[in-house]
Amino acid sequence: MTSTDEAFVAFDRVQKSYDGETLVVKDLNLSMPKGEFLTMLGPSGSGKTTCLMMLAGFETATHGDILLDGVSINNIPPHKRGIGMVFQNYALFPHMSVAENLSFPLEVRKIGKSDREAKITRALDMVQMGDFAGRRPAQLSGGQQQRIALARALVFEPELVLMDEPLGALDKQLRETLQFEITNLAHQLGITTVYVTHDQTEALTMSDRVAVFDDGRIQQLAPPDELYEKPENSFVAQFIGENNTLEGVVQEIKGETCIVKLDSGDIIDAVPVNVTSVGERTKVSIRPERVEFKKERLQEGTHTLKAEVLEFVYMGDIFRTRLRVAGQDEFIIKTRNAPDQERLTPGQMIEIGWLPQDCRALDA
Amino acid sequence: MSDSVIAADGRPLKASLNRALRRQKLRALALIAPLLIFILVSFVMPIADMLFRSVENEIVENTLPRTVTALEGWDSSSDQVPGEEVFEALYTDLAIAVEYKSHTRLGSRLNYEATGISSLFRKSGRRVKKFDTDIYAEVFAAADPAYADPGQWAAWMSDDTVRAQLPVTTSAYDDWAQMIIDTDGDIPAEETPWNFVYTALFQDAAAGASLPIAVDVSTVEPVSLRAEFGDLDDKWLDPEVWQTIKIYSPKFTNGYFLNSVDLMKGPEGVESRPENQQIYIKLFVRTLIMSLSIMGMCVLLGYPIAWLLANLKARTANLLMILVLLPFWTSLLVRTSAWKVLLQQQGVINDTLVWIGIVADDNRLELINNQTGTIIAMTHILLPFMILPLYSVMKTIPPSYLRAAKSLGATDWTAFWRVYFPQSVPGIGAGCILVFILSIGYYITPELVGGTKGVFISNRIAYHISSSLNWGLAAALGTILLAIVMALYWAYDKIVGIDNVKLGG
Repeated sequence: MTSTDEAFVAFDRVQKSYDGETLVVKDLNLSMPKGEFLTMLGPSGSGKTTCLMMLAGFETATHGDILLDGVSINNIPPHKRGIGMVFQNYALFPHMSVAENLSFPLEVRKIGKSDREAKITRALDMVQMGDFAGRRPAQLSGGQQQRIALARALVFEPELVLMDEPLGALDKQLRETLQFEITNLAHQLGITTVYVTHDQTEALTMSDRVAVFDDGRIQQLAPPDELYEKPENSFVAQFIGENNTLEGVVQEIKGETCIVKLDSGDIIDAVPVNVTSVGERTKVSIRPERVEFKKERLQEGTHTLKAEVLEFVYMGDIFRTRLRVAGQDEFIIKTRNAPDQERLTPGQMIEIGWLPQDCRALDA
Repeated sequence: MSDSVIAADGRPLKASLNRALRRQKLRALALIAPLLIFILVSFVMPIADMLFRSVENEIVENTLPRTVTALEGWDSSSDQVPGEEVFEALYTDLAIAVEYKSHTRLGSRLNYEATGISSLFRKSGRRVKKFDTDIYAEVFAAADPAYADPGQWAAWMSDDTVRAQLPVTTSAYDDWAQMIIDTDGDIPAEETPWNFVYTALFQDAAAGASLPIAVDVSTVEPVSLRAEFGDLDDKWLDPEVWQTIKIYSPKFTNGYFLNSVDLMKGPEGVESRPENQQIYIKLFVRTLIMSLSIMGMCVLLGYPIAWLLANLKARTANLLMILVLLPFWTSLLVRTSAWKVLLQQQGVINDTLVWIGIVADDNRLELINNQTGTIIAMTHILLPFMILPLYSVMKTIPPSYLRAAKSLGATDWTAFWRVYFPQSVPGIGAGCILVFILSIGYYITPELVGGTKGVFISNRIAYHISSSLNWGLAAALGTILLAIVMALYWAYDKIVGIDNVKLGG
């Protein structure tokens, strides 16, 4: 592997400000290998779309370099970057038919007519829209339009494709189908993809790696499982998936584990992630599905907490139970709907615990 | 069984639905009724009346009914002056018309077709009473005093056998009786008939009718009315005058329309007007060409502004929008007069150009009182009508289309030309229709800055409405203008499609 394969797309200390007073993107460093599917995830205003627009060339970086295949593209206009892009509202040209939409990028590249037709047919077949070449975008459903937008971004065979919340306007089922199709296509064709979304499920299911954005910085850049199971700070823990947070002070650190004394006085075990010294305040994060309330499933000697059941919600595949734990009313546990699973009733008193490695002591 | 769907109460569903909707429709109609009536009364009816005037020509027959009938037997292409019977009819008609003063109106009407007729009618009106026909009254009165008795006349004229015997006299007496009631408020049975009634009686008698009291008229030397009219003005002996009267005697005429396209009716049918009278075709063409150039200028100038308005930040765009709308809030006259100040030879623009040195002082540009002036001023005045529809269409084109085009590899120009521009075409269409239709009928600005070379057909229409009072010609010109606009609108619909016009949203 050469270095450009390792860093096909790279952001090198990129900063962006619109008004000269605040930075929308602060010191962004990122590199992606060829063929990777990377998702930029974050709340609105976190800078993820700005990053995408800088990469596409519609915004200029205030500071730093953006490199594509080892070459700085800061001063290359968008139409010369050869990057495919799928827009949130599809941006299919309404006055052109589907085939004309697909033909557009080929025509501006001065590709011959027969080549064009072959490429259009191939691209349409790729998204299973072969029969719709003569239609106008307005005659297509949202999902169909999105497929055409995807085909148009791919038809000129770019090596890098950017997608800006492409599935935002679709209903849940269609979104799931298309998520699957997009990832499949991207891997099949070996294209490098940068995908922007604020939907964490989408990010987790589709990506090779996810960059979680907040406040103009990448908070964590990791594969989905690592991101979910090992969030590096409390923002990532909160933002990805459902999460229980308890606050307290680090009482003791011994190697891989630490003991946290919660504000209520209870003692729990946790993994120290970004706490370094005794006496530091911390937010402890536990995933709802990793909480156990059956003694026999817990390790010997783990600390447990008393909890009162406040609410039991039947959700089909899972049960979602709300507890009062350590003086906090919003503690959630999720249990799988299995034949032997116990259904808790409000008012019931239980004891909960977890494996120490599932409980992460993060920044306060 | 196709219409047998039954509602719950057993009636056909359609009837039920209609009944349910009727109240709603009536209420809706009642709401728009005031406006509808207002439009009908103040807009549709006057326009219909105006259009009707373009073919209406009743004045000749109403004023000279006998003459028109008598002329039917005269061959207008013969170059002969009509015979005595026509002059007799004219004498009676004119004598009555003078009392109603309608002969001057008829004179003005016919003057549009042949100059000089107006003064001929005025002069004849003044002198027709002084014709030597008074001898007839004396002849009859001398023959029997009953002929000078108003009561006796009234009695005769209510007797059907006498009326049947004396057709010419009856018609003349009836019109005379009506006339003195109308104009003087007198009672016919108390007034001695006027000379023209005795003339008519003489004509009847000469034609062999049996009079209520027999009078021998064979010894009376008849007064030649033809000679009388000839003495009055020898134009009456000019066949052309009579041709004009005959050509324009029908109730409806296409004469105004022919006039509007530089043609005229001659004795042998339609012929073109003399070269020096041909102005309307030229004016129509000029109006169309200038309207098109104004429209083109508006597109060229308005498009970038509309683009800026649609793409700038809200604050700046609002300021720009105020600048665009500012002319709307200023009086049209003020704006046009401002252009006079700017464009005249000693005006601001020429002074500046001379000061810079582009134009020599003794060779200042002629920017006003010609077509240039009209185009400049009207482009400025109509520009908002182009910018606003363009802006409202451009506002709906998301910037992501341009970005998409660029991301697909299009240069700025290709992205604009192939993606943005086609989507703004409905706005251009709407703006063009607005500007073109407004400018084709524009009046005040060409009048003020157009001089003689820069005026439109509408200025001519206004002239005929308010100065020459030839409303028929004005109506015909207006009708043609309306037809041109509708034809162009139709063509636009065929070529571009009226669905492609967007005024907003």
